[in-house]
Amino acid sequence: MSRHQPGSAFTNQAPPVHFPHWRGRVYAILGLLVALGVAMIFTTAVGSVQIPFSTTWQILLSKLPLVQVTPTWPGTLETIILEIRLPRVVLAGLVGGALSLAGATYQGLFRNPLADPYLIGVAQGAALGAVVGFLLPSPWHNMGFGIIPLLAFVGALISTAIVYTLARVGKTLPVTTLILAGVALGALLGSVVSYLIISSGEKMHGIIFWLMGSFSLSQWSEVKVVLPYVVVGVVVILLYARPLNVMQLDEEQAQQLGINVERLKLILLAAATLITAAAVSFVGTIGFVGIIIPHAVRLIWGPDHRFLLPLSVLSGAIFLILADVIARTVLAPMEIPIGVITALVGAPFFLYLLRRRRRIIF
Amino acid sequence: MQDVCLGYGRKVVLKDINFRVMPGEMVGLIGPNGCGKSTIIRALSRIISPHSGKILLDGKDVSRVPRRDLARLLGVVPQMPLLPSVFTAFEVVLMGRNPHLGLFQYEGPRELAITWRAMEKTGTHSLAERRVSELSGGEIQSLLMARVLAQETKAILLDEPTANLDIGRQVEILDLIRDLCRENSLAVLAALHDLNLASQYCDRLVLINNGRIQAEGTPREVITPRNIKEVYGAEHCVYTHPINGLPTVLLKAGNSQSADMEERGA
Repeated sequence: MSRHQPGSAFTNQAPPVHFPHWRGRVYAILGLLVALGVAMIFTTAVGSVQIPFSTTWQILLSKLPLVQVTPTWPGTLETIILEIRLPRVVLAGLVGGALSLAGATYQGLFRNPLADPYLIGVAQGAALGAVVGFLLPSPWHNMGFGIIPLLAFVGALISTAIVYTLARVGKTLPVTTLILAGVALGALLGSVVSYLIISSGEKMHGIIFWLMGSFSLSQWSEVKVVLPYVVVGVVVILLYARPLNVMQLDEEQAQQLGINVERLKLILLAAATLITAAAVSFVGTIGFVGIIIPHAVRLIWGPDHRFLLPLSVLSGAIFLILADVIARTVLAPMEIPIGVITALVGAPFFLYLLRRRRRIIF
Repeated sequence: MQDVCLGYGRKVVLKDINFRVMPGEMVGLIGPNGCGKSTIIRALSRIISPHSGKILLDGKDVSRVPRRDLARLLGVVPQMPLLPSVFTAFEVVLMGRNPHLGLFQYEGPRELAITWRAMEKTGTHSLAERRVSELSGGEIQSLLMARVLAQETKAILLDEPTANLDIGRQVEILDLIRDLCRENSLAVLAALHDLNLASQYCDRLVLINNGRIQAEGTPREVITPRNIKEVYGAEHCVYTHPINGLPTVLLKAGNSQSADMEERGA
């Protein structure tokens, strides 16, 4: 029965539209994967000691299994590439991808374009943990394991858990209550952090530097700690891309379309909080990536989470890798806090995108 | 529905609601504003749970069916829903396939074909690439019909499917619903506030008033002068349709109860 278009030619056929769109977005994912690889090699080559791209490439290749490259370079270069620059680049990529994905998840889950990974208290919790870590007497800092990242991670999880518990109404978790509880607790923790900073004396510089974010102390050991959290969190969130699309209707409709809304919220909040906490614990609360990258991706490739989420991971990783290379080279040997760079470089680019595509994006 | 009491919090809105909808049958839910039509729809789709009593769907207690399974049996066309303005019409209809897909599945050609056919049936396929924010109220209503078709359920609940539509569009949508109901033997329950449309299209009507069922039966049995006066306070307004003899409500100015009382007082 086709009341409006009798004898339509399309019946029982796949729709003639939409595949081009989807194909374009799949190409975009592949393209960004390649770009990520290129960005990693490029940024590994750049630094205070200039190393030719060909040498960088060969050093990296030589470490891959099944590849035989005869070393023609001094061992110090290999150390610089593999032990100093590469872990830093990898960590920047992990953190960028994690923050950007967490931002996209919160924005989708809360149906709120202003949501960022720090919306429900992660940043302030992490900051408080880190500041407490800074202020602890020196014996605490010689435990072989970084006490500051540990406390930052724990602080982030505890503050989110508090926000979550406060915001619950019976068996449900209303989104507005959650955001308000997050903002209120964030303000409370933020003022405690400010007080501690003011009274911290000579440690103030280190604390402020941490708060603005830096990759200057990146090592493989840190990558190893962050990696599992980020991988697990990213996989979980990507699996829920389609339900997240349906959540863009209201919660009632999502339930009527077979989604267990409360469970979905719990899973996605837990995953996004975990990757955010893991990301900020070593490198500080880097701003801007988590709110702007998902919007930029939305502007370019549309709102479908099945593409938005993976594209956000890749774009966020590339963006932070490039931002970090600027942070460590522009004023070398001094380092600029990366939070300064992300906003300084990212904001104009985003404003350009916003002007160019004059249409509703959220 | 069996002996169901419904309410929000402690407040009981509806008491002893008891009716059933058979496959291939179209039942209309009528009653004055705020009588609980939407509440019944929300309870049936498990947005709220009944204070007491049981809601059975296909012999199964709704409150025990997992949400995804429920969404494969029962589709809902909500009233004035929020739709994400940046999604395309096609993407919104495709969401109807959600309950049929597991966590590890993506929409394949089968999903796309079902979605496309649902859009053709509702005449929305020409809108496929348009963004939701560009669509009119009538187009969105058709789109929601397409979505519920794509959901491929055995039962459909509609909350005011004709609200805000012009009369041409109203007839179009209801014709479509009735045809689908007959062809696929769907059980259809529609909350309607237009008594004439309810009378024309529904096999049976359930009239809700003051938190309980006032009358239930065929349109001829339910839309009677006595019931209409008791529930809506309007007198002398039920006539017979000149072509098919179904009850028809025609209004006249100054015919409400309050106007009546003023007259008597004067």
